[in-house]
Amino acid sequence: MINSIGRIIPDQIKGIETIKPYQGPFALQPQGRSVGRKLGVNIPKSNKLLKSIEDAIDAAGLKDGMTISFHHHFRNGDYILNKVVETIAKKKIKNITLAPSSLNTVNESILPYLEQGVISAIETSGARGELGKFLTYGKLAKPTIIRSHGGRARAIESGELHIDVAFIGAACCDSFGNINGVNGPSACGSMGYAMVDAEYADTVIALTDNLVPHPIFPISIPQTQVDYIVELPSIGDPKGIASGALRISRNPRELLIAEFAAGVIEYSGYLKNGYSLQLGSGGASLAAARFIKEKMIAQKIKGSFGVGGVTAPFIEMLEEGLFEVLFDVQDFDIPSIESIKNNPRHLEMSASYYANPHNGGPIVNNLDVVILSATEVDVDFNVNVITDSNGEIMGASGGHCDTAAGANLSIVVAPLLRGRLPMVLDKVNTVVTPGETVDVIITERGIAVNPRRADLMDNLKNTWLPVMSIEEMQKMAYDLTGKPKEIEVSDDVVAVVEYRDGSIIDVVRRPL
Amino acid sequence: MKSIKQVAQAGTLESSDIMITLSPADAGSGIEIELISPVLKQFGDEIKAVIRQTLLEWNLEDVKVHANDKGALDCTIEARMTTAIERAIR
Amino acid sequence: MEKLTMRRAMMFMPGNNPAMLQNAGIYGADTVIFDMEDSVAISEKDSARRLVHNAIKRLKYPCEVAIRINHIQTPYGLDDLKVVLPARPDLVRLPKAETAKDIQIVDEIISEAEEKNGFVPGSIKMMAAIETAKGLMNAYEVATASPRMVALAIGGEDFIADLKTSRTSHGNELFVPRGQLVLAARAAGIQAIDSVYTDINNEQGFIEETIRIKEMGFDGKSVVNPKQIRLVQEIFAPTEKEIAHAERVIAAYQDALARNSGVIAIDGKMIDTPIVTRAERVLAYAAAVRK
Repeated sequence: MINSIGRIIPDQIKGIETIKPYQGPFALQPQGRSVGRKLGVNIPKSNKLLKSIEDAIDAAGLKDGMTISFHHHFRNGDYILNKVVETIAKKKIKNITLAPSSLNTVNESILPYLEQGVISAIETSGARGELGKFLTYGKLAKPTIIRSHGGRARAIESGELHIDVAFIGAACCDSFGNINGVNGPSACGSMGYAMVDAEYADTVIALTDNLVPHPIFPISIPQTQVDYIVELPSIGDPKGIASGALRISRNPRELLIAEFAAGVIEYSGYLKNGYSLQLGSGGASLAAARFIKEKMIAQKIKGSFGVGGVTAPFIEMLEEGLFEVLFDVQDFDIPSIESIKNNPRHLEMSASYYANPHNGGPIVNNLDVVILSATEVDVDFNVNVITDSNGEIMGASGGHCDTAAGANLSIVVAPLLRGRLPMVLDKVNTVVTPGETVDVIITERGIAVNPRRADLMDNLKNTWLPVMSIEEMQKMAYDLTGKPKEIEVSDDVVAVVEYRDGSIIDVVRRPL
Repeated sequence: MKSIKQVAQAGTLESSDIMITLSPADAGSGIEIELISPVLKQFGDEIKAVIRQTLLEWNLEDVKVHANDKGALDCTIEARMTTAIERAIR
Repeated sequence: MEKLTMRRAMMFMPGNNPAMLQNAGIYGADTVIFDMEDSVAISEKDSARRLVHNAIKRLKYPCEVAIRINHIQTPYGLDDLKVVLPARPDLVRLPKAETAKDIQIVDEIISEAEEKNGFVPGSIKMMAAIETAKGLMNAYEVATASPRMVALAIGGEDFIADLKTSRTSHGNELFVPRGQLVLAARAAGIQAIDSVYTDINNEQGFIEETIRIKEMGFDGKSVVNPKQIRLVQEIFAPTEKEIAHAERVIAAYQDALARNSGVIAIDGKMIDTPIVTRAERVLAYAAAVRK
């Protein structure tokens, strides 16, 4: 079948019961009710503390064919996922579905267990490096399901993604299972992605290297949701969890793109008191913070809230009073972790609050402006952030399509050329975010406004900004590079890209 | 002149550049191109065509070319080829 | 009146770097200068020439494109011209110009190339960098040695070495040479371009120096980093007051033209041609500023 953006979706895909083709950003009307965790009883004075991961796996009753989940706040410093999978393999459990909120390069060490069938399916936001390659070449029993952060929260709440056991890395955990991410040697800041897992999984196991007396403060994940606790010598490598302050790029090309982005925001009509903003952590997106900040100060504009993926430049804006509050689902650097710990205006939020399309209203719906990165875009404004130019999985869906759908002004920034590769194609290899939700594409050589946004076009023309049609922008790139040959792919579907509402926006086919 | 006298090199391994190494080849052996490139799938044929074309413009028919590409545009490939040829026939 | 070519920010790009040549045009410089002199090792002069030739010929630049050749008394300078001129650069910049003769040699080579390649005679312009005391003493002769000459530049680092002094934060060591260079350029009716500021992380120092040289009468500055371009252009942007005045001058001038009157006046004050020229320059600079 062909979905509404012209992508061919197979009628049958292994592991997916009903194929719902994408029909538009808000076409799908959800049915039914949200699910809930299994009922249980906690007898007073009983002990949640277990000796080992192995004991916890036994206590949770983990069996062949079940689904386990993890959260990726520890980024490349994560020890938890690898260690748990290794233990599961030792216990000869097989056919597990791995459903982490995302995967990092550090998780490459589970590759042997994927090959051995300990893990037979993966549902996540994305993967990089060797893991991405493994998924691309279709070595798992079922295609990988790629979900956005909002889509994952939705899938969990609706029961589409049922988690049997959630493993939660707790930087700080008390003896009764209250958790926060801000204290201890493995502090990661917000616990936003883990919150949904904790609320809906049948069994929740906290793994901590910082067990403290009850009760702790603040509490991100409450004791009511935690079944077992295991104390480990270490749950993460602080150097991999968060870097020092993420600094603004000095790459002149990224700065130029950032300057254009700030210019687009300035003339868009949205830069006014009370506006809200989300910045990505990519080079150009982050660099835009500097120019936006200058404009806000010069024009005495105060925003209502910022959303992240939080980084140091955003923290500076919060501290200088340029935004009232920050909503935070994940932290990328040490200043952000310090801030969420100490600043009452820096608020932790769950992935559902952030971006789930099927709740009472995620914060992305209140966004005025979001700046997003891309690996490729096409003349229909579709965006790919998941596969590279050779068709291999190397990125993550993240909150890309969620924020693009929610925000009044969604800006995608990308270099026009990466080496010799033009980034504006006739068709992107894989669609993650549909062009109908993307308003402006900014490159170092030009700015293209989606023709659907005549209002924006009116605001941006007659400014110093180099506004042009997307076709002109593509021609500019092709004049330099020549037209790239399309990647040839087989018929084998190796990954399914879900739109945030659960419909299928595209599939990844194994490159030849 | 159908071949070159000596091994010659031009270009660098920086991004957007290409390093060309030319070596003499026996008469009648033709043009042999060994290409390493991150954009082999998308532009491999085009890069080889530019290399071949430049050699033909200099009437060189028997040459071994080793090209280590880092995403160079055609105008860069041609410039590096020309310099390598100039150095090879000097 | 001939259209004014603004040269507020002239950005040097190393001639042997494909990535930089490829992106040279995107930063909004008034002129990009592809350098084959100081930034290119002797062993790579040949490859830089070929690369610059191809870049100029095949890539589109939205601004003036200049080449800095090696000194014409070295074996490289002539080869630079021979290889690159057929690509038709807009402007040739000579380093270490000391005599009118230097200019005339290059002028002749350019004329030959223009004829051979079918370019409009005189269309390729020249500028010269004065980098020695001797060059400065001959600056007016250098500036008037060819009708191709559009600007004199001061090459600060070499000049300081020649003067046997060193850089300071206040710039006194270059005050006199800069002043003399502006005089020579103005006397010859061409532009004066200031030297590069090499400490690229000292934004404050760069701004102070640029304000100073604007006050001295320079038309622009050579830059080495894209982020300096906007700073120069902002400093060279006329004030609201200057723009308003310039608009009134031009209006009065056009009014006088319409009435066939040789007399131009504002508020009863006579306006002469240099003031009209100056007003046009102010408006051109104003029109080229972002925002």
